[in-house]
Amino acid sequence: MSGELTRKSAAELAELMAAGQVSAVEVTQAHLDRIAEVDGRIGAFLHVDAEVALAQARAVDSRRAAGEELGPLAGVPIAHKDVFTTVDMPTTAGSKILEGWRPPYDATVTARLRAAGLVILGKTNLDEFAMGSSTENSAYGPTRNPWDLERVPGGSSGGSSAAVASYQAPLATGTDTGGSIRQPAAVTGIVGTKPTYGGSSRYGLIAFASSLDTPGPFGRTVLDAALLHEAFSGHDPMDSTSIDRPVPPVVEAARRADVAGLRIGVVKELGGEGYQPGVLARFNEAVELLESLGAKVAEVSCPHFTYALPAYYLIAPSECSSNLARFDAMRYGLRVGDDGTRSAEEVMALTRAQGFGPEVKRRIMLGTYALSSGYYDAYYGKAQQVRTLIIRDFEAAFEQVDVLVSPTTPTTAFPLGDRVDDPMAMYLADLATIPSNLAGTPAISVPCGLADEDDLPVGLQVMAPVLADDRVYRVGAAVERALTDRWGGPLLSKAPAL
Amino acid sequence: MTAPTLVPYEEALAKYEPVLGVETHIELGTATKMFCGCPTTFGAPPNTQVCPVCLGLPGSLPVTNKAAIEGIIKIGLALNCTIAEWCRFARKNYFYPDMPKNYQISQYDEPLCVDGYLDVEVDGETFRIGIERVHMEEDTGKSLHVGGATGRIHGADYSLVDYNRAGIPLVEIVTKPITGTGDKAPLVARAYATELRELVRALGVSDVRMEEGSMRCDINVSLAPRGATEWGTRTETKNVNSLRSVERAVRHEIERQAAVLESGGKVVQETRHFHEDTGTTTPGRSKEEAQDYRYFPEPDLVPLAPSREWVEQLRASLPELPAARRRRVQAEWGLTDLELRDVVNAGALDLIEQTVKAGCAPGPARKWWMNELSRRATEQGVELDELPITPAQVARVQALIDEGSLNDKLARQVFEGVLAGEGDPDEVVAARGLKVVSDEGELAAIVDQVIAENADAADKVRAGKVAAAGALVGAVMKATRGQADAARARELILQKLGAS
Repeated sequence: MSGELTRKSAAELAELMAAGQVSAVEVTQAHLDRIAEVDGRIGAFLHVDAEVALAQARAVDSRRAAGEELGPLAGVPIAHKDVFTTVDMPTTAGSKILEGWRPPYDATVTARLRAAGLVILGKTNLDEFAMGSSTENSAYGPTRNPWDLERVPGGSSGGSSAAVASYQAPLATGTDTGGSIRQPAAVTGIVGTKPTYGGSSRYGLIAFASSLDTPGPFGRTVLDAALLHEAFSGHDPMDSTSIDRPVPPVVEAARRADVAGLRIGVVKELGGEGYQPGVLARFNEAVELLESLGAKVAEVSCPHFTYALPAYYLIAPSECSSNLARFDAMRYGLRVGDDGTRSAEEVMALTRAQGFGPEVKRRIMLGTYALSSGYYDAYYGKAQQVRTLIIRDFEAAFEQVDVLVSPTTPTTAFPLGDRVDDPMAMYLADLATIPSNLAGTPAISVPCGLADEDDLPVGLQVMAPVLADDRVYRVGAAVERALTDRWGGPLLSKAPAL
Repeated sequence: MTAPTLVPYEEALAKYEPVLGVETHIELGTATKMFCGCPTTFGAPPNTQVCPVCLGLPGSLPVTNKAAIEGIIKIGLALNCTIAEWCRFARKNYFYPDMPKNYQISQYDEPLCVDGYLDVEVDGETFRIGIERVHMEEDTGKSLHVGGATGRIHGADYSLVDYNRAGIPLVEIVTKPITGTGDKAPLVARAYATELRELVRALGVSDVRMEEGSMRCDINVSLAPRGATEWGTRTETKNVNSLRSVERAVRHEIERQAAVLESGGKVVQETRHFHEDTGTTTPGRSKEEAQDYRYFPEPDLVPLAPSREWVEQLRASLPELPAARRRRVQAEWGLTDLELRDVVNAGALDLIEQTVKAGCAPGPARKWWMNELSRRATEQGVELDELPITPAQVARVQALIDEGSLNDKLARQVFEGVLAGEGDPDEVVAARGLKVVSDEGELAAIVDQVIAENADAADKVRAGKVAAAGALVGAVMKATRGQADAARARELILQKLGAS
């Protein structure tokens, strides 16, 4: 029974629990057992607390027994990317500088899911401060891809993608600043969404780049991702950039799964050179499939998307150089060299030198430079202008079509260690995902098959206008339904057993 | 450190023309902080008014306090500024332990209020001080450096930080360069700070107490040889914590810079610290090694876009401003310019006005506050409005005088009682048994007795030396413990001695 429970979707588990066929404690225990069984090989979790998890599960069971009306995901276990604060578990952001830090408050995402009765299994690994595309930048060691343990699970939310793809959790949270949800979802064969910027609260999310960071869901099905999306989204008075508008009807859209008459644009600039042939082949098939389902497909040009990556690598580091200034050993976290002889300034410098990893330092340096007096206009200022052009590209495209599609990533999962010494190669993993971050628009990645070269998952990215998150679920669910029928089961069922 | 050489003030002004600039920080008196819900009460135990937001904990985010924006817009309007239709907060990046995030949320090239002015008066001459900008920012925490000689971070054994102040809304008001003040420069600077304080106080958006740091001034001074077309190098003097210090700091910098220039040296562009005890300034951080603050728009906050309707509502809600009010009361109370200035300088305008509102005539109201009560405030070393007496109580005392049951001398005893915490004027009158002896028969009996006891003086009066009656009046007053109506007593004495 317990093995079967971990194979079920969140929606199925919720139904079983609501029907009284299984308890939240049983579901939680099944996932804790699975974690104990496989996570030694995957390394998805930085922190698991069985007792805390079971206590939450028991609380849900007794609320249910008392006849309380519970949310649609009550009792379903979840893993949180270790960049959301949790009062009952440490929060490290994958960095030595926060090792052992126990936040005194819950992130809004954490708090809302807690209130909705989801059971927190633990905190998942990530690239330090969410900076990276492979989870190899974690100070606590890498996470492995369940499809091939010698390959990366994507990043920065690689712990969450690997946990969901290896059945250790049916749901997980992530954050997407340049592709950190969609890219790991694509390379592990699961579903991941970057909601509209401001659609989900950043309060309690340890900031990397404030104008880009977006909390979002991971699931093995489009419906599961939509259920989680709906559970934590919506206006938050604690986040000024959160949008005070109703959450788009994503669950309804995921159930509808119909694309008849929908106008779909294939982005000319996101494909071709630099993209793996097997990735392009699966992508093209997915586009044909959508056409066969009644969608109208056209090619659309977004000429400034070519400049998205360089603009991103000025804006994100600039914001991070300021956001990470607070890690100075004065109030919390690591403190190095405080032996009574050194000044506060020396202790700050020593702590930051030892507490941050090389990629974080690289980006702080980049951002500090880009914001410096005399360089600001040429770098940060120019990048903001490019950002405006990209927003205009999207606006122009969405006058012609309802959604845009592209491969989520140029390649499938790459081998561990392959790109750690080549930042540029690493940065290219986010080539297709970054435009949506710069424009604040929603996008999803859904599995669309295995590349011929390496039998590894390929993701289809669907992008929509601001606050039209429901559209990406509609298209994603239609593709999922048709492909599952074609394959005779979900893509993940083709993954090798662990 | 050797004492700085100074050129005497008059000599300095004969050769050089000063240019001033004043940057004033004012803590708004909002109930909660700029970007979180923590209370702003002054004097709470260290680090008790903090939360994840104002401590800058990882993941926390700021949310703008609308009351603070209302406050700054009122200040901007009162200073005749233009209120921006759209502007943003910016991050000012620098590392310092009292800054929880190591950046301060401030405003940079898009201030909320720009291009205004404030008129101030010195010796009957009006100076229009241009206002460059008024912007909104958050205050930092407060460091206490323990050990070491200077009380500054360098050389301290250790430092303590109180974050209660971190995140308190702070308005920065920057003047345009103030020129053409000549030898009145120190007075103009002081008059500006005074007028600004009155203005902000009248708006009710801050308690503007310099001694508690809710109003702080940085003074920029430069000197140029008279007739020169270019301004000199300026210094910025911080730690100027009273109106008097504003005046002294300007004066000292003029004398010091003149000395530097006279000896053939160059004024260094730097931050200097003012020392209250000596009235001098010493160098702080040199601006040559000034930091690059790497300002950029604050991405955690949405732009400020105060609607024109709201701005106009706020404009319509502004109270009577100090200058207009002074003109009004001067006319209503019939004061000379000098009398008005004394009242303003004593901080007595509010008190007198409230006393008048409580039913007292302007003359006596001003007399009590400016004389008797000012004297007592000085004795106790407190501000006039800190005396434990209300305008209503002062008005009541005067009412008792007007109805004849007290005289001025008794009134002073009543004030003494009220200030000593003995209760309301009526309670003090009752408890101390203070009452003018107005019973004609009783007074006549006392006069007879005094005449009998002071035969020598009585004879002199009888002989036509009317001046000798003073001693007899004094004796009557003594016998009645001051409660007699002295004028009436005198009349009776002269009458009885046949001298009237």
